[in-house]
Amino acid sequence: MAIAAPAKRRRMSPWHFVLFPLAVLFLVPFAQMLLASFSPAKDLVTFPPPFFPSHFTVDGFVKLFTTTDIMLWLRNTVLVSTAAVLSNIVLCSLAGYGFARLRFAGRNFGFFLVLATIMIPTQLLMIPTYILFAKLGLLNGLGAAIVPWLSTAFGIFLMRQFFLSLPVELEEAGAIDGCNRWQIFFRIVLPLARPAIATLAIFTLLGAWNDLVWPLIAINNTQAFTLQLGIANFQGAHLTDWSLVMAGNVIATLPLIMFFLFAQRQFIATMTFSGLKG
Amino acid sequence: MVDTTLREAGRAPGPMTPDAPGPGKRRGLRSNLSGWAFVAPATAIILGLSIFPAMWAFVLSFQDWDGFSPATWVGTDNYANLISDANFWNAVKNTVVYTLMFVPTSVGLGLLLAVALNRRIRFIGFYRTAIFVPFVVSAASTGVISNYLFSPQFGLVNNVLRVLHLPQQGWLDDPHQAMVVVVIMSLWGSVAFTTVIYLAALQDVPAELLEAARMDGASAWQSFRAIVWPQLAPVTVFVVIWQTIEAIQLFDLVYTTTRGGPLNATTTIVYFLYDKAFHSLEFGYGSAAAYVLFAVTMVITIGVVVYSRRRGQEAF
Repeated sequence: MAIAAPAKRRRMSPWHFVLFPLAVLFLVPFAQMLLASFSPAKDLVTFPPPFFPSHFTVDGFVKLFTTTDIMLWLRNTVLVSTAAVLSNIVLCSLAGYGFARLRFAGRNFGFFLVLATIMIPTQLLMIPTYILFAKLGLLNGLGAAIVPWLSTAFGIFLMRQFFLSLPVELEEAGAIDGCNRWQIFFRIVLPLARPAIATLAIFTLLGAWNDLVWPLIAINNTQAFTLQLGIANFQGAHLTDWSLVMAGNVIATLPLIMFFLFAQRQFIATMTFSGLKG
Repeated sequence: MVDTTLREAGRAPGPMTPDAPGPGKRRGLRSNLSGWAFVAPATAIILGLSIFPAMWAFVLSFQDWDGFSPATWVGTDNYANLISDANFWNAVKNTVVYTLMFVPTSVGLGLLLAVALNRRIRFIGFYRTAIFVPFVVSAASTGVISNYLFSPQFGLVNNVLRVLHLPQQGWLDDPHQAMVVVVIMSLWGSVAFTTVIYLAALQDVPAELLEAARMDGASAWQSFRAIVWPQLAPVTVFVVIWQTIEAIQLFDLVYTTTRGGPLNATTTIVYFLYDKAFHSLEFGYGSAAAYVLFAVTMVITIGVVVYSRRRGQEAF
């Protein structure tokens, strides 16, 4: 494993003995998912079950696409996540900037209230929000999944912290050049906020894409299912057809995994920041 | 537009120096309006979907209501019933068991992984990716994978045990083991979080201190104990609180694996309140359970913060 550098042989770090087995262990569930999704359905219910399929087949995927609404659920999830990300970028940037830089009556109290909501667990809100959405006629449609994600307290907090860290001089220069607040915000401040916006987008994407409990409560109609809901529902409907179930799982996880692999630094920055908000 | 711009620009000091006294009432109103125009949309959505429902849930917790017939005021009956409800205490017990297993392992494993990953060695990129990537996998997907991996008949885990000539286990079908499986799979999906937090904190440990310790002949373990671990104390307090809050709110993975079974062995508090509210339509009773959960969360958070302040570790 340790290939010697030409000049000097370096001793292999003993940490490989910790990291290598753990890394493999962490990858096993992915391997199981992928291999099972390409296995013939029969393989997965024989005893003993083969880890590697007897032959590779796309039957699971074919059945998935023909007998379930997976593509519709994928579309729903993409719609919900896109709406959530775009709305958070616009609304949380505006609010974050307002709370960071502008001076108006009720600013500190407003920000305090927003921060206080971070302490409220979602479980406390499920019941009244469900009743509220029922009264508003929002249940069982995509709107039910989108509305709670339109903006997040975390997003406002994140953007505010970022804007506070920007030097005021830039904006003052803009003001002297004759920009009003909106122009300063859109032309000067927002373009500088790209790293914070990336963090906000990833945070919102992860939350909205993977959300289960709220859609579970609010959406009963398979036409408005999100991917997570569809997959969680497979358990009853297709429990014995593991190749189909795992194929659905591949469809549901692959987009975020690919995205993670391409933007790993940004994801890790997001995780670090979401930890630092405490 | 031009007019506004000029007026704004002509007004020294510009809008960015918020302490500047605005000339007169009109100025104050204008800056209030423009300030609220920035913050109002997001603030209204957040407060409307949290503060307002939170207060409503509080009222609900004193009512008996199935969502259809008129609500009746029952005072503190819901809370009194909770205290005498064996199913609720079972859910509390399961949640505590899960928390006691999950929090120490996720913090300990996160620290170990962060220390291991905090070095430049061959394949480090591969190791990091392998350990972090499960973080983006949803609880629903994790649940489905768990069901197959830990299936007593067809699962890989029992198959490995069989090859090693070890006894097969019931895993998710066994009331004594189901929660262990949930802990293992939660760790798989979430240890990246504690790892990343510790990794960031490790990079803030002054290199000079470690260098000095090395010069003085301290072993790697000694400098970890004497220098690194104390430096990490605030982060440790933080991740313990954070993971505890996550743990007592466990729901998704239980829903997608055991649905609270077998024999209610994995029914957590949130699963209990979900079941009460959305299967039995006891909105008042469910809200009371939610408020108990909220109160416990607050007590634990405040408790840990006070305890760590006493010991001189500032986390917040």
